[in-house]
This record gives sequence, structure tokens and C-alpha cells, in this order.
Amino acid sequence: MSETIKVNGSDHLMPADARVSLLDFLRHYVGLTGTKKGCDHGQCGACTVLVDGVRINSCLTLAAMHGQQEVTTIEGLGTPDAPSDLQKAFLEHDGFQCGYCTPGQICSATALLDEIRAEWPSDASDDLNAPSLSDEEIRERMSGNLCRCGAYANILAAIRQVAETGA
Amino acid sequence: MTAYFKQDGPVDGAALDGMAQGVLGRPVPRIEGLAKVTGTATYAAEYDVANLAEGVFVTATITRGVVKSIASEAARAMPGVLAVISEARMTTRAAQGTAGEAPEQEPQRVSYWGQPIALVVAETFEQARDAAKQLVVEYDADTGVALDPATATSEPQEDEAIDMGDLNAAMQAATYSVDMTVETEGHASAAMEPHAAIAAWEGDKLTVHASLQMLNYNISELADALDMDETNIRLVSAYVGGGFGSKLGISEDVVAAALASRELGRPVRVVMSRQQVFQCIMRRSETWQRLRLACDADGKLTGFGHQARVSNLPGETFAEPVLQSSHFLYAAPNRSLSMDLVRIHRMTAGSVRAPGEAVGMPALEMAMDELAEKAGIDPVAFRLRNIPDRDPEGNLPFTSHGLAECLRQGAEAFGWESGTRKPRHRREGEWWIGTGMASAARVHNASEAKARVRLTADGRAEVETDMTDIGTGTYTICAQIAGEMLGLPMDRVTVSLGDTDYPRGPGSGGSWGAPSIGSAVYLACKALRGQLAKRGNIDEADLVLKDGAVEGGRSVADLIGGEVLEEIGHYEPGTNEHDYTSSGFGAFFAEVRVNHWTGETRVDRMTGAFGFGRVLNEKTARSQCLGGITWSIGTALTEALHFDPRDGHLANPDLAEYHVPVHRDVREVEVLMLQERDPLASAIQAKGIGELGMCGGAGAIANAIYNACGVRLRQLPMTPDRVLACLRD
Ligand code: FES
Ligand code: FES
Repeated sequence: MSETIKVNGSDHLMPADARVSLLDFLRHYVGLTGTKKGCDHGQCGACTVLVDGVRINSCLTLAAMHGQQEVTTIEGLGTPDAPSDLQKAFLEHDGFQCGYCTPGQICSATALLDEIRAEWPSDASDDLNAPSLSDEEIRERMSGNLCRCGAYANILAAIRQVAETGA
Repeated sequence: MTAYFKQDGPVDGAALDGMAQGVLGRPVPRIEGLAKVTGTATYAAEYDVANLAEGVFVTATITRGVVKSIASEAARAMPGVLAVISEARMTTRAAQGTAGEAPEQEPQRVSYWGQPIALVVAETFEQARDAAKQLVVEYDADTGVALDPATATSEPQEDEAIDMGDLNAAMQAATYSVDMTVETEGHASAAMEPHAAIAAWEGDKLTVHASLQMLNYNISELADALDMDETNIRLVSAYVGGGFGSKLGISEDVVAAALASRELGRPVRVVMSRQQVFQCIMRRSETWQRLRLACDADGKLTGFGHQARVSNLPGETFAEPVLQSSHFLYAAPNRSLSMDLVRIHRMTAGSVRAPGEAVGMPALEMAMDELAEKAGIDPVAFRLRNIPDRDPEGNLPFTSHGLAECLRQGAEAFGWESGTRKPRHRREGEWWIGTGMASAARVHNASEAKARVRLTADGRAEVETDMTDIGTGTYTICAQIAGEMLGLPMDRVTVSLGDTDYPRGPGSGGSWGAPSIGSAVYLACKALRGQLAKRGNIDEADLVLKDGAVEGGRSVADLIGGEVLEEIGHYEPGTNEHDYTSSGFGAFFAEVRVNHWTGETRVDRMTGAFGFGRVLNEKTARSQCLGGITWSIGTALTEALHFDPRDGHLANPDLAEYHVPVHRDVREVEVLMLQERDPLASAIQAKGIGELGMCGGAGAIANAIYNACGVRLRQLPMTPDRVLACLRD
């Protein structure tokens, strides 16, 4: 088993307690609190992070299982001085209100764009071999990320802008 | 200096509109937004505190009774466990909004299933959670506890009762009438951030970082719970991950963290689990409602009856105010309104976004739709015909009244087809498609508020108040008001919120936040303008400030001359509250499709038109409306708390089983906002907007379901099983 876990490019010591979820590891041990806990049960998507580029609910997995992998959190996607295109688009389109679901939404959206590029189909895909980025496709793929503030329409606009213009 | 203003009558609207900066009302992005999108905004549980211990609640598994014993010793023997706290001062419910005093305490007395009874504190979260799970508790449980709202003892709510004319006679004499009952299920706020607190003591001074909406009341509630002086308490809620009523009063975590921290002599964090948030914060009461509406041949209402039954725990005064809009929305000379509160031992009922209107308005608007159909009148025209000139019960004038305008503009934008309406007139494959509409109304209140505004030597403005931003846009609208009044671009205004070390704001709740705190910021800035005018030897009325300077003259920094200027704005609502009826108004239009084989309903598009006085920020105000419409979809189709009839426990206490709308449930949504000024609503001519967007929206969806497939369900939510059971072949 690996002794360390790579988060946003730097190595961190694995927790000794095997019960520590990847989410709690990020929040309590690494001090990266951008990843949020909304339910701790894989029901809300607030804890979404990228593991080797693929999005997962970090509350549903243990830190100990990710020793050899590369974890990217919201802090790794962009910073206040250098925000990512999606982060900028969320700001411009008001794709959030309270902001608590927001890091998860942005991590999900980041992975979503890659999934489309890799032609992964979804329930909303007309053509299972070549999914297009329709509004319904984006909504379906984002449906694991709840936003109780109800910013969905604006989140869609933000993702669409980045998907179409690349910025 | 304090600039105090009590609003007895209208304000002169010209002042704010005459400013030169041009930022107020504009769709400025949220000033705290960059922190939120980059994950650097710090919420309650996220402060980096040294030597932090972790607390996890243990909750009751009986409905009512007493805790006989807690096996604390065994728990204390587990690795890392520091204490098992079950002090009498621990609170067992969240305080109701604006309570200003401690809620029920004494955790050993259980009055609902899921009530907190103890807090296990350990070095790590994992250790505390494990020990909390294994804690052995013995109870003396009562039997025969009232759980069913239909049979429990009821208490008439006298201040809600109205009897004018003779409703029974009006119903008999009416050309058309409806007499129907509507039932709605309970709701949860389900804010995405669970309730959390970090408490730390320094001597007898207590600081708690918590997730709360109304620090101005919460500080008194906490002081009362701990029997200490408010001046020794500091509450911080700089970022709140949604509230929707669930964080109005101090929650159990705040008090428990403070007590545990005092006992252990080190900081303690308590984060409630999602299940605990569901089970021991607040539920919206289920409602039973009877509506009786009568009209003449021309579609003029002659009789209006609305009766409601809601529930709560013994000891709670809150009763879901279902009739709130019914008192003034439609004219009718014969009126009978009444409400009963029944006592049952389900978890506490309290405020969930738009308490009252969220469920009362859809029921009323469903009845209006049925009556319009009977009278053969287009539902938009039917409503337009029944808008009163004055409050029909109190005979008071309205402050401003945008209902007619919203109905017209909304209908036009939506493409509403007036004329004869028939259910089942359009089918595409397996889907029935139809449209429906409803009015929106939500009472407007303002509240006392204070804010400090400081002009620094380099000509920047700093706004400070303990007001919170729960996603509502408070940070940004405060900056816009200050920027507008003081002629400063956004990047020269900073806003600090959510800290009781600052002047008392109004708190976020009841939609009164923005109009009230906005008024306080406005007053402070107006006083600062007076100071600047004096220094520049100009009449304040002639002072034009833009981009940090007097237009064509000296810079603000130059006028200040190296000093710091400071004013506290203090706003208080006055006689307006009694002399007028004030409400935001609006209209919803919905197009839905209902699956003929599964009964599933999809909302294809919704239009909402709203009038709520001055729009302070087009972007954030629109988002508030979007959020409200999203909640309308949940109320109409999916959201329902289910309680076990045997012990009253909440059977669906999480986000997998309590269904809030997801991305794919919300398709096209259009929001229109009237350009309106309400000089009687607040000093900045604005009303609240946080709740209006869901006050009636579920009714529009219900009416559209009928128009689509011919099913008149009188039950919310309209889940597929319920729709399917009524679908004809
Ligand atoms: S916290 Fe992981 S899905 Fe909700
Ligand atoms: S922004 Fe509040 S939950 Fe999405």
C-alpha cells in the first residue's frame, strides 16, 4: 500500500485510520475544504472530485484506496487569481447562490466535457455512439449534483458557454 | 454617528434613482462569487482551528418518554473518546425564526423520534461517529402518543379567523361554486450545507462559527440557552450554504458544541449528519385545506372560504400560516377563513421557504382554476376580474400592486392562449401536453436593521453588519447600494457580513433581508454624502459622485483629507406596517407533459413574472426567482416527508428518498421582473423576493396537469402513482 496520496500535484501522508473517507481526508487532513460534504452518502454530488481525471463522489470511497492515484479538487482546477474557464463562466452566469454545491458542480462539469469528448453515451443520448452536447444531455449528466438553491438553469448556461466557445 | 429613519409613510424615490454611478439594479456578478467558485469561501465547519475535538449526536429511538440511562462509561473507554455530553442545557429542537430565546432543552425528556439526547466527543470524527453508533441508551417510553394529524386534538388559531358577510348563503346563491379539499405533504428545507458549529472559549468569552440565518436573534437564543451575557458571545456566519428557513433559529449543534467545548476546555466541532438535519431541525407541516369559492355569472367572486389544518409539537407556537395570502389576494364580500393547529409528536414544524404561501397558494390557485373552468372564463381573465382595490378584510390600501401587470406580461411572454380550454387537447406519442397558470403573492415585511459604512482615507467604502448572505446576494446588493450612493465602482467597496461584532442587521428570513439591510446601508451612505457635501461646500442634493470623485471636481479621498468617515444607518419600519397591506405579486405559467402509461409529469417550460418593487441586482434577483420556480416544481411533483404511523419517525430522512428537483427536472425557465418602485415598502423602494418565486407555482403545474390529461388531483405532490391512479384510458 502506498504511504502517500497525491492531491493537486502534491503528496500527502495517508491517514492511519482506515475509516477515513477520501472526502474527510481532503477536508480534515489535507485542509482542502473546497470539496463539500452535503450528505456523506453519495446522494448529492457536493463532494465530487476527479480521480485520474474521472469524477467520483469522494464521500463514497476511502482515502486508503487511492494511494496510486492523482486526485484533483476544485482548488486544483483554478484559483482566485487564475480561475478555470468553467469557474469564470459560473461566476458570469450566476451558476450558484449559496455556493455550497458549486465546487462539486464545477468538478462534475469539468469531467462531463471530457466524457463527451470521449463519446461516452448517457440516458439522454440520441446516438449512443456519438453523443452530442444537447441541453438535455448536459442536464442528464449533471443530475447527480443537487443544487437546492435552484441554480440549474444558470449552471446549464455556464457549461454551454464553455462547451461552445472553450472559454 | 447614527442616521436613524423610521418609515411612517412613503419615501422620496428620486434620491437613489438620481445617482450617477449607475451600478444599482445592474446584473453585477456576485462580489463573493470568485471565492465560491474556487472553493475558497469558508463555511461554518471549515475554519482551521487548532486542537479541535469532534462531536457527533446520538438521537432518540422512541417517540416520547425519558432517557433512563446512557452507558457513557463504555463509550468513554473507546479509542479517542473524550466525553459523552448530555447536559440539561442542551437544546432538543432548533429555535423558531425570530424567537430570540432558547428553544426546548433537557435532552433526557424525549418528545419526538430522532431528538438529540447526547453528544459523543472524540479526537477524530471517525472515533466519535463509531462511539455514537454504539452508545447504549435505555428509555422509559410513553405509549399512546398522538401521531395522526387527522385525529389529534386541535387548537383554533384565533388571530387567523375571519368571518365577513355570510359565506354559506353566498355559496348557495352562487351561479358557480367549488367546495374542495386539498392535502399537501410536509417538506424539508434540505439546504445543501448541513448544520455545523465550531465553538471555542477564551475565558468566559465564547466564539461560535455556525451556519445561521439570523445572527441578530441567534445571539440572544444562544445566550439564553447557556444563561450567559450576550456581550460575551460572538457568532460568525460569513458563508451560509443555504438556509430556506432551517437556519433561522439556533440549531442543536450550536449549543452542544458550546457546552462540550466548555467542559473539555478545547474547541469542539459538531456537524450534523444529513439524516440528523432532516430529523431534528424543521419540517413544513403537512396541510389539510378546504376551499370554498363562489362567483356570479360574470365571474365575480362573491364568496371566499379557506380553512386549514396544520400540525406541530406541543410547546411550539408556530403554525404553518397557510392563509397568509388568502386574506388579501382576491376580493369577495362574504369571507370565512380559519385555521386549526393540531398537536402531534412528529419532529418540530417550522419555517421552510415561503411558510404558508408555499402550500396555501397552490391550493387556492387550484380552486380558482376549477371555478374558472366552471364559469367558462379564461383563468387569466378570471383572476384579473377579481383583483381587489383595497385589502378586502382590513380595507387598507396596498403599497404597490403588480398582479394585473404580471398576469398580462407573463401571459404574453409565455404565449398563453386565451379562449376555451379543454383537457386532453394535445397528445404527442405517449405524452399528454397542457398548460396551466396561477397567481403569486407573498406578504412583504421590513425589519429593523443597522449597518456601518466607513469611507477610508484612500476613498474606499467598507460596509459592516451582522446580516447574512445565504445565497441571496446580500454581499453584492450592499456593495451596489453603497457604490451607487457614494459614487464608487464595485472594486472600491468591500462588504463584511455575518459577524455579531458588527451592527445588528435584520437577519435573512421572511424575504425581508434585502429591503431592510439595503435601507440601512442607504441611510448610512446618505449621511456620509451629507458629510462630503459639507466638506466640499456643496448642497447634498447637488452632490454628484462618480468613480470616486465629485463630478468635475475633487476626489472623494481629497475631500476626506486623510481621515476616516463613518456612519451607522439605522432603519425601522413605522406606521406603514399598520396603514397598508404590502405584498409582492406575480404570475406563473407552466407547460407540462404527462405520460399516459406511467403518470409521470415533466415540466417542459415555466414562465414567472414578478413585481417586487426596485430590482437591486438583475442577476441575483432573477436567480432568486429561478430558485423559487425550481422549488415550485419540487412541491408540485416530488417533495414529501413520510412519517411512520407507528412511531412518527421520518422514514425518508435523506436526499435519496426525499426528492428535491435535479438538473433534469428543470427545463426552460423564463423570469420577467417588473420595473417597479414601492416607496412604502422600504427606504430603497424594494420588497422581498426570496420566497415569492414559489408562492403559487405548484398550482400552475397542477392546473397544467389537468389541462394536459384531465386529472384533477387534489393532493400534492402529484407523483406518478397518484396521477396514474386517476388517468382514464
Ligand atoms: S457528500 Fe458525497 S454525494 Fe453528498
Ligand atoms: S448554490 Fe446553493 S445549493 Fe447550489
